Amino acid sequence: MPQLGETVTEGTVGRWLKKVGDQVEKYEPLLEVETDKVASEIPSPFAGTLTSILAQEGTTVPVGAPICEIGGAAGGGSSTGSGTATSAAASPATAQAASGASQASSPGSSAGLVSTSGNGVRYSPAVRKLAREHRVDLGAVSGTGRGGRVTAHDVTAHVGSGAAAAERYSPSVQVASAAILPPRALAAHAPSPMPVAPAGDEDTVIRLSQMRKTIAERMVLSTSTIPHAWCMMEADVTDLSRWRDKEKAAFKAREGVNLTYLPIVVSTVCRAIREVPAVNSTWAGDHIIMRKHINVGIAIDVEDGLVVPVVRDADRFSLAGLAQAINELVDKARKRRLTMADLSDGTITVDNTGALGNVASVPIINPPQAAIITMEAVVKRPWVVNDAIAIRSIMNLCLCIDHRVLDGAAASRFLGSVKAQLESFQPG
Amino acid sequence: MATKNLLEAVRETLHDAMASDERVFIMGEDVGARGNVFLITAGFQEEFGRERIIDTPLAEASIIGVAIGAAMAGLRPIAEIQFADFIYPAFNQIVGEAAKTRYRSAGGNTCPLVIRTPYGGGVRGALSHSVSIEALFYHVPGLRVLAPSTPADAKGLLTSAIADEDPVLFLEHKRTYRLIKGEVPEGRYTVPIGKADIARAGKDLSVITYGLMRHFAVEAAEKIAAEGIDAEVVDLRSIRPMDRETIVASATKTRRVLVVHEDNKFGGVGAEISAAIAEEALFELDAPIKRLCGPDVPAMGYAKEYEEAFMPSPDRIADAMRELARF
Repeated sequence: MPQLGETVTEGTVGRWLKKVGDQVEKYEPLLEVETDKVASEIPSPFAGTLTSILAQEGTTVPVGAPICEIGGAAGGGSSTGSGTATSAAASPATAQAASGASQASSPGSSAGLVSTSGNGVRYSPAVRKLAREHRVDLGAVSGTGRGGRVTAHDVTAHVGSGAAAAERYSPSVQVASAAILPPRALAAHAPSPMPVAPAGDEDTVIRLSQMRKTIAERMVLSTSTIPHAWCMMEADVTDLSRWRDKEKAAFKAREGVNLTYLPIVVSTVCRAIREVPAVNSTWAGDHIIMRKHINVGIAIDVEDGLVVPVVRDADRFSLAGLAQAINELVDKARKRRLTMADLSDGTITVDNTGALGNVASVPIINPPQAAIITMEAVVKRPWVVNDAIAIRSIMNLCLCIDHRVLDGAAASRFLGSVKAQLESFQPG
Repeated sequence: MATKNLLEAVRETLHDAMASDERVFIMGEDVGARGNVFLITAGFQEEFGRERIIDTPLAEASIIGVAIGAAMAGLRPIAEIQFADFIYPAFNQIVGEAAKTRYRSAGGNTCPLVIRTPYGGGVRGALSHSVSIEALFYHVPGLRVLAPSTPADAKGLLTSAIADEDPVLFLEHKRTYRLIKGEVPEGRYTVPIGKADIARAGKDLSVITYGLMRHFAVEAAEKIAAEGIDAEVVDLRSIRPMDRETIVASATKTRRVLVVHEDNKFGGVGAEISAAIAEEALFELDAPIKRLCGPDVPAMGYAKEYEEAFMPSPDRIADAMRELARF
């Protein structure tokens, strides 16, 4: 299963475009894969004959897992071997998952206690609880139980040996887990550890969509690994509001899109990043990567969830250009036409929570980013101006930062810059 | 402290209760002139008289019925059912009357009655002298069911039972009468009803059991300790009320549970133990709960082979422990 984007951990085989026995050219479309948010056609990495399909249509497999075998390369040459179509570089975690799966099929297990008929390894409740508590990748634990089963003692011994600590804190793995994989133990859509009363007759059971699973995993990953700190400032956008009211008809006529507050805030965020570049960063375990490109994720709610497509190099756009780029992303999101490229490489996220009427929010950082900023509803308030009370249009700005990367002072400088720009907004 | 067998501990306790409390009396088949079939009450009738050591007809319903009336009237009857196998005619009196007395009278009457009876196999007692009856009675609210396995616990629990305001079914495993010896403290003392005993502390797996099987389990645990398996043995002592706290704590500690009892497996005490652990400690378990019990056949046969096939032995318990430890 190829890696379709940095945050993708698994893919669902949508449709095989070739049958077993078919000749396949290199780069010829081989199958369709559905991931969190998009469906992609996967080109064959080899030329040859499709000798077997390991992942049937509709099955979901982790990135790096074999999905088919292509043998006897058609073009001659050194064609004796067979290639297994997986991603070019399976991550260590997926390699372990594969070895874990092979253990499950070992003989001698009785009455389904150890192995399952499916492709997964079955762990006892105690093992799963311990793995969650200690954030252990069970694929990395060697089992001493019957048929190689991982026992609770194996997990505690693994934790005690420090191997688990190394997994958690070694820089390479930290980068990998931040950028690619939440530890399997963290999978948010796994059965709840809390005893849950089963659904009654009057309840409705909602199956998890791929998007819902992804949102759950990403949110658990974010809140369980990133120390969030929150702050809020109030921006007096009265002048901006007046300017916008004056301009918006002409803007629409000229540019073909509505002049909303969103591109305005995005442009001020880009300028504020120029002043406080640390906001545009990623925590990478033993170092911090400050990103050169400013790729602003825009949170867009869709029918059954949320997507965050990215305006790449948002700082290079004019206001009209930003408005058009964002409009295009919203349109693609609603029509479910976003590509992996649209969803990748964000460095900071802007969330227009005000569109839903909120005046304060505590957003969750979109990992591996270090900050997320919300723009709240513009509300007219009694406001003190020059020691007199005036009626002003106020927009609250809320910011959550990864406190490993940033401290309150930098966060406040950044937020203060956005506020100041909005209060003295100059288009251009 | 003197070393006594379990039979001597029961005898001593009964004697002390008779001597110290005039409300206490004993009634049952052959408890007087014969001094009980195991000679537990031998000499009691001479010492305490025929009014307080009463030989009854072979009529179990009447024995319990009379005892219930006496208990409600303020006496402390100790009724004996000669063998647990004979208790069925008294089922209505025990379950339908004694257990419901306090509830039916809204607490106005209690039924401080002790029913002693020898139970269990291993003595070639065959069809009518080997049965385990605990599962038939531990289901019943209002009734206490005790099954001590050591002489010291037999004395302490029997003392608690006689003092208790509610009916107690006091089960004495007949194989333990002379087989099991232990130190018994002098004088009056009680062992609390509803508290299990850790017969052997261990960390790799828990055996939860009671009665004769406690001793078999400890023997098996010592045997496999040499193989590096450190088993904990929990002796319930009190089947109802059941000490869920100790059961769950042990299951949580070792994560692997083997329930052992001689009584039939289906619907036995092990079912309640397993359910309690599943309810309260499922996410602590590293292996499915395992039960080693008597088979679901109507009775224990007379032939030695039949008896051995029925009763869990130290070897079979050790095998089950090994299997659980390796899971």
